[in-house]
Amino acid sequence: MAYSARARRILSAPIQQSHSTRLARSLAFLRQHRGKLLALCTTLALLPLSEPPATAMGSRPISAAAIHQSNTPEALLVQSLLDIQSNRLDVALKRIDKLIAIEPHFRLAHLIKGDLLMAHTRPLATIGNAPGVAANRLADLRDEARVRLQQHFDPAPLDLVPEYLLQLDQNQRYALVADTNKSRIYLYKNDSGQPRYVSDFYISSGLKGSEKLKEGDQRTPVGVYFVIDNLPKAKLADLYGDAAYPLSYPNEWDKRLGKNGHGIWLHGVPKDTYSRPPRASNGCVVLTNEDLREVEKFLQVGHTPVIISNDIAWIDRKAWNSQRESILHEVEAWRKDWESINTERYLNHYSGQFSNGAQNFAAWSAQKRAVNASKTSVDIKLSNVSIFRYPGKDNMVVVTFDQNYRSNNLSNQMRKRQYWIQDGNAWKIVFEGAA
Amino acid sequence: MTLTRIVSALAVVALFSTAASLPVHADELQNIQALLKQGNQSQALDRANTYLASHPKDAQVRFIKGVILTEQNKTAEAIKVFTALTEDFPELPEPYNNLAVLYASQQQYDKARVALEMAIQTHPSYATAHENLGDIYAKMASEAYDRALKLDKSNTAAQTKLSMIKEIFPVNGRLQRPAAKPTVVAAAPAAPVKTAPPVAPAAPAAKAPEKVVEKAPEKPVEKAEKPKQDATHAIDAMLNSWAQAWSNKNVGAYFSHYAADFKTPKGESRAAWEKFRRERIAAPKHIQVSVSAIKVSIKDDTHAQVTFRQHYKADTLNTSATKTLVLIKSGDKWLIQQERVGS
Repeated sequence: MAYSARARRILSAPIQQSHSTRLARSLAFLRQHRGKLLALCTTLALLPLSEPPATAMGSRPISAAAIHQSNTPEALLVQSLLDIQSNRLDVALKRIDKLIAIEPHFRLAHLIKGDLLMAHTRPLATIGNAPGVAANRLADLRDEARVRLQQHFDPAPLDLVPEYLLQLDQNQRYALVADTNKSRIYLYKNDSGQPRYVSDFYISSGLKGSEKLKEGDQRTPVGVYFVIDNLPKAKLADLYGDAAYPLSYPNEWDKRLGKNGHGIWLHGVPKDTYSRPPRASNGCVVLTNEDLREVEKFLQVGHTPVIISNDIAWIDRKAWNSQRESILHEVEAWRKDWESINTERYLNHYSGQFSNGAQNFAAWSAQKRAVNASKTSVDIKLSNVSIFRYPGKDNMVVVTFDQNYRSNNLSNQMRKRQYWIQDGNAWKIVFEGAA
Repeated sequence: MTLTRIVSALAVVALFSTAASLPVHADELQNIQALLKQGNQSQALDRANTYLASHPKDAQVRFIKGVILTEQNKTAEAIKVFTALTEDFPELPEPYNNLAVLYASQQQYDKARVALEMAIQTHPSYATAHENLGDIYAKMASEAYDRALKLDKSNTAAQTKLSMIKEIFPVNGRLQRPAAKPTVVAAAPAAPVKTAPPVAPAAPAAKAPEKVVEKAPEKPVEKAEKPKQDATHAIDAMLNSWAQAWSNKNVGAYFSHYAADFKTPKGESRAAWEKFRRERIAAPKHIQVSVSAIKVSIKDDTHAQVTFRQHYKADTLNTSATKTLVLIKSGDKWLIQQERVGS
């Protein structure tokens, strides 16, 4: 069920040509990232200032950039890079100085400052012209510049939602969705079941990338996780900064796939650091201390979902609604078939690949047939349902709900979690267990 | 030693307020300079102080006193002397330059930068200040890079190649501004690389200035706009030819761009100015001047002004500055009547 990635804007504004040789030099670094930054140049015409005010109709796509403050450290950094692009080196330097006054440990800001000063003595070839410094030492900072700029030109689309947030339950007031390629985490509010964009933040993730497989591989896992703890600050090493929130890695699906390792947290940065490079952690999702303090206002231990993706897929509200409805429909069919004690139809909702860790499909079916044989009446109520599409190539959703089961010989209440996978046109349960 | 490009003599005739005092002054100044040259700093300082007791305003001796104090590593006192000189003689670039060198020695690069910019403002083509400014920027950049890369603190003490001018020039009334003698200190990380290939000074087909902005008409050219357009093109061409002559080190062609009534930067005589410029242009092995961001404003048929970015590249120096030329049309040629830094 591949939904097209967010629609790209049509960029038609011509690039402003300048004949200044210095501009040419300053822009050399932009050329180096031509693929990504072509959008950068052309989007300039679409910056919020040049856009007409939003109409009451709200039909025009709006982006998160329009509602971002201009005085955040990142905004100052990006603005100074734009100043460089338009050959306002003095303005760029003033802005960088202002930024450094606010965030003296922002290494990338110091790098840009170095470049701006160096521009007085020699042509700039790229971001990071430190003489005699090996390129690999600068690569981290260049990457950070690239992802922060990219965010400016490709902000969260407010008319779309990440396809993972199909339904938040009533206790989940907020959700986080991370994009490891973009080094970004997006905060969404549960607005009567609808995910509403709140904010987004720069993140660092695993040094060796994502799709964690095993202990010590320094990768960030991709999947649906929840905040499960809040570690007391007093016990945290400086590396973790102002706070640490462990996530539920490895989850049920990870374990089934034999993934291991532990201790994947959301956490901050050391005191003498403003931000770490995009690829830096041992697999954790790292925010600046400032951003983490902001994010933690919205975290609920035991509730808040943190979905980590390589590359967020965005869908429009219509697609979001139809996907959500179709999953709810499947779950309801499963409930009804179970409630009507139609065991074969009930078991038909389970995949041949089903496993709950202890039982495979055959063992599960045998047990269910035996149990159902003793039932004369069953009443099942589901409530507080959350649905998250699983990031990655598996066409899978994670459904969690409160289940109130009453039958002639047993009553039971539990919170249950199911992993549903698309099998042809049908959805089948591949995992089921207590949440 | 972190500072190497200090100037040790003032070169301005105008400072000799009365002709009568000149011989005495010149003798004494020479004596002090001779003592300094011999390394006899304390005696030189004594004589300077003695002289200043009766001639407290004398700029040359105050200046040499500052140089002596600098050599004695009495930085704070030297700063006082040069600061006072900048206050009493704000038109002189040398005290600013030396102040900058002293500030730089204390890692006060921002102050050093401001002082050098003042020096350049008073004297736009003051190469020593330009070179020092380039070094200051490189040094500040290096500090910023170190912070970015969290280099070991010990690296931040990298030497700059700010140069001190040691030569003492004869005080015979025919003063010359010393040619900058940049001393390149062994490979400091921050030091701009010296990359001047020797170029035959007379190379006739010297490279054209990098790229010159063609003033694009803002609006479609109207009939009435035509003369203005023509003037703008003529001024663009003149500016290019001026930069090219300078790049070619062709002083004759260079001077031909200046009007007969050219207002020299300090009001010196045309001959003195030409002599100074000739030396300046001769000093580096290689010069490349190009202009960009040209803004022409036509006052009337014979008066105009042009503001542009001047990119000056010499052996070890690479600077850009905004410059303004006041132009006058003589016959069919636009000529420079005034030249200043800034817009």
